[in-house]
Amino acid sequence: MSRNAKINTLLLLVVAALAVLPLALGLGDDEKEPFTGADAQAETAITEIKPDYEPWFSPLYEPPSGEVESALFALQAALGAGVLAYYFGLRKGRRQGAEQARAEEATEEQTADAEGGRPGAGQV
Amino acid sequence: MHIAEGFLPPAHAIAWGVASAPFVVHGVRSLTREVKEHPESTLLLGASGAFTFVLSALKIPSVTGSCSHPTGTGLGAILFRPPIMAVLGTITLLFQALLLAHGGLTTLGANVFSMAIVGPWAGYAVYRLLKRYDVPLMVAVFFGAFVADLSTYCVTSVQLALAFPDPSSGFVGALGKFGGIFAVTQIPLAVSEGLLTVVVMRLLVQSSKGELTRLGVLLQGGKKADEGGKKDTDAKKCTDTEKDTDTKSETGASA
Repeated sequence: MSRNAKINTLLLLVVAALAVLPLALGLGDDEKEPFTGADAQAETAITEIKPDYEPWFSPLYEPPSGEVESALFALQAALGAGVLAYYFGLRKGRRQGAEQARAEEATEEQTADAEGGRPGAGQV
Repeated sequence: MHIAEGFLPPAHAIAWGVASAPFVVHGVRSLTREVKEHPESTLLLGASGAFTFVLSALKIPSVTGSCSHPTGTGLGAILFRPPIMAVLGTITLLFQALLLAHGGLTTLGANVFSMAIVGPWAGYAVYRLLKRYDVPLMVAVFFGAFVADLSTYCVTSVQLALAFPDPSSGFVGALGKFGGIFAVTQIPLAVSEGLLTVVVMRLLVQSSKGELTRLGVLLQGGKKADEGGKKDTDAKKCTDTEKDTDTKSETGASA
């Protein structure tokens, strides 16, 4: 593995550790519902501060179950990851293609020169 | 940071919508100009939007025993400046509001203001400030993304505290409450977002040097990143190709 790849892997491991440690250390154990979403907690806090508050608008579409909701979240992440992967794959392919073309050009010109091509042909 | 549908009183919802609208309109103009003048940047624009898509879909456990998600707006703000991120962030928020019942149309203005406007601008400001003091690129990127993430959640806390001041302790009390839910939870996630943004930026430095130079992230003719190893191999590659061309011209001359 190159030094670059090592550094990237290390960074990703730190990110993973930051996500896993709260779970491993059981930091949510003293909560009624461990690891709920902060957004939902805020809704609870609003009803605590203002018990008579009624949301005056409801979502046009609501996923019918937690499973469907997590599927849609996964879809969102997958779409994003797909585009990112396409971008980096395309870049890498282009770079390799350009390098290959350059190498082929070089060998072609060399053989042409060796066969007694026009003088100065390599200087273009 | 998604304020749920209907959870802001109408007056607040409208006010945040009015506050956000000019930023988004300006952003759409910057985006169309960017695409028209530099069609080649469309791909990288798509990648920046995709990064926001991925990160804002990841709900990650935090030290407070609750879950929250990063925003992914720092990267685009650093690459393309904050106005363009206002558009990309709004698209993400619309997707979540319409398909996931996450956030909402009535709270879109407020959510756009925190995630797509204040976050990118705050992150970009920190990034520029650090770069001015010659901080290494990747360190500036880390803190830019960190601040973009954390400031978003601070703004959400302020928005909710303004709408729902505590009956006894008022705005400050409510701010403490919402800040405890959002901002504290967000600190480790903001660190994660900073690190992930650094990883993507490192990959970009490797793969898209030309574009980063055009966007002003990398300086012309050199890079400030801690990429010593990479630079060495690059330099070696360069000398190799130079050698090739040298031999080529030599053979050309002798022929």
